[in-house]
Amino acid sequence: MDFQSVIFYFFSTVLVLASLAVITSKNPVHAALFLVLAFFTAGGIWMLLHAEFLAIALVMVYVGAVMVLFLFVVMMLDINIERIRQGFWSYLPVGALIGVLMVIEMVMVLGGRNFGLEEMPHPAEVQQGYSNTKELGRLLYTDYVYPFELASIVLLVAMVAAVALTLRKRKNVRKIDPAEQISVKRDDRVRIVSMRSEKD
Amino acid sequence: MEAYIEPVAMFFGEAWPLVWSLLKIVGIVAPLFLCVAYLTLAERKVIGYMQVRIGPNRVGPMGLLQPIADGVKLLLKEVIIPSGANKGLFIIGPVLALGPALAAWAVVPFNEGWVVGNVDAGLLFLLAVTSIEVYGVIIAAWASNSKYAFLGGMRAAAQMVSYEIAMGFALVCVLMTSSSLNLTDIVMSQGKGQAADMGLGFLSWNWLPLFPMFIVYLISGIAETNRAPFDVVEGESEIVAGHMVEYSGMAFALFFLGEYANMILVSALTSILFLGGWLSPVGFLGDGFFWLAIKTAFILFLFLWFRATFPRFRYDHIMRLGWKVFIPLTLFWVVVVAVWVMSPLSIWK
Repeated sequence: MDFQSVIFYFFSTVLVLASLAVITSKNPVHAALFLVLAFFTAGGIWMLLHAEFLAIALVMVYVGAVMVLFLFVVMMLDINIERIRQGFWSYLPVGALIGVLMVIEMVMVLGGRNFGLEEMPHPAEVQQGYSNTKELGRLLYTDYVYPFELASIVLLVAMVAAVALTLRKRKNVRKIDPAEQISVKRDDRVRIVSMRSEKD
Repeated sequence: MEAYIEPVAMFFGEAWPLVWSLLKIVGIVAPLFLCVAYLTLAERKVIGYMQVRIGPNRVGPMGLLQPIADGVKLLLKEVIIPSGANKGLFIIGPVLALGPALAAWAVVPFNEGWVVGNVDAGLLFLLAVTSIEVYGVIIAAWASNSKYAFLGGMRAAAQMVSYEIAMGFALVCVLMTSSSLNLTDIVMSQGKGQAADMGLGFLSWNWLPLFPMFIVYLISGIAETNRAPFDVVEGESEIVAGHMVEYSGMAFALFFLGEYANMILVSALTSILFLGGWLSPVGFLGDGFFWLAIKTAFILFLFLWFRATFPRFRYDHIMRLGWKVFIPLTLFWVVVVAVWVMSPLSIWK
């Protein structure tokens, strides 16, 4: 077994264990942190595939931004673990059904004849000076420019919708205008009165 | 040099690349810790002189052994774990605060070819690693099981996440002008152009054509490291010492080391991305690591100067500056630079 395989199996073990811990750990904060570990290890496995742009983007977007906000929310919730456990048996059939469906789908993709190791050609070895980032950029902005633009418009609409859904005009909010605060002169706030010292 | 390395490489055989990388890492981390230690002394001395005080002058000649004494003191102190704390995470927190600050140095070039990993996606790696830094803060804040630590941690984390976006856009401008994500290439691309040919290299560095981005990056860097005037994490007039309030001894020292290591990292990156890295400002002086050290030291001095001069920002002002001023400004400037690079007026061809 060469060095790369050792690293691959190490990453895979960590990834599987971390993903298991995400769904089994009792504390939701621990679960979120295990999810961070899972993303990080997945990034490592992508790095082994020479997909360094995707690997780093995964860490940057999911670990650096999405999971931080996730943790924010989870940490501020006052979660009663007993109450979460309550509906376990009634939810089990639905959950099990979805789980079985996902397993069937994965078996069809991974175990089928269409995607076997013999069917898929081995990707060409990367040459010296090959830049994953440059290649991805070239493909995204030439061959796939319309799907890419479409995806960004969908994302933009989702962003606007999220803002529109959460934006509320509240009354009785005392807003501060920074420009007004900065333009204040001393004379607006303080008045110097000259008076003689007094004795009582 | 090669002649000396050869027999050692023979001795280690196949493990040599690993040993060589480890040696390079030690070669970066050991001087870095020394710099961190003496940066704390420099901070106290500089701010002391700015406030017409002497600063620490008791331990060793001119107080030069003060950081060592501080280190020994922190090492010998007891690490107290609060009874309600989440033990595992409480220990991991400070480690995660320091780790990314050290990992980022893997792609930082000190001179042409002086770099641990000459990665193509170096700038992307830096963005990813610096975005992990926030975990140390929130994990420590939550694991302490204390309201003050949690409030401080929330403030720090929100601030770091907000300013990261502006920082990222500023970096996008840099990589558009140099058309590379590799930090060595970014530095080399700053040494080209008319001004550099005339021997006035400092005029062709990124700070001049990208001046607004340089300022945004510098200010975001200060906010990102939670330094004054953005140090609302430990604003003593509102809350006590922030996310590290429950920490003592070496665990506290790790946060401290992380903060200063981050300061040095941001300063070094500002020098590399905007101030030409190891390039010499004028043609008749040679390039070298020396210049990078001077530029980094200058930016670090700015950090200390700001701390001694500016009053602390109010928290809502910090958020306003990040979201309503910096992000629109940088977004606009990305478009301007993109048009400029593609237009006939481009100075980067």
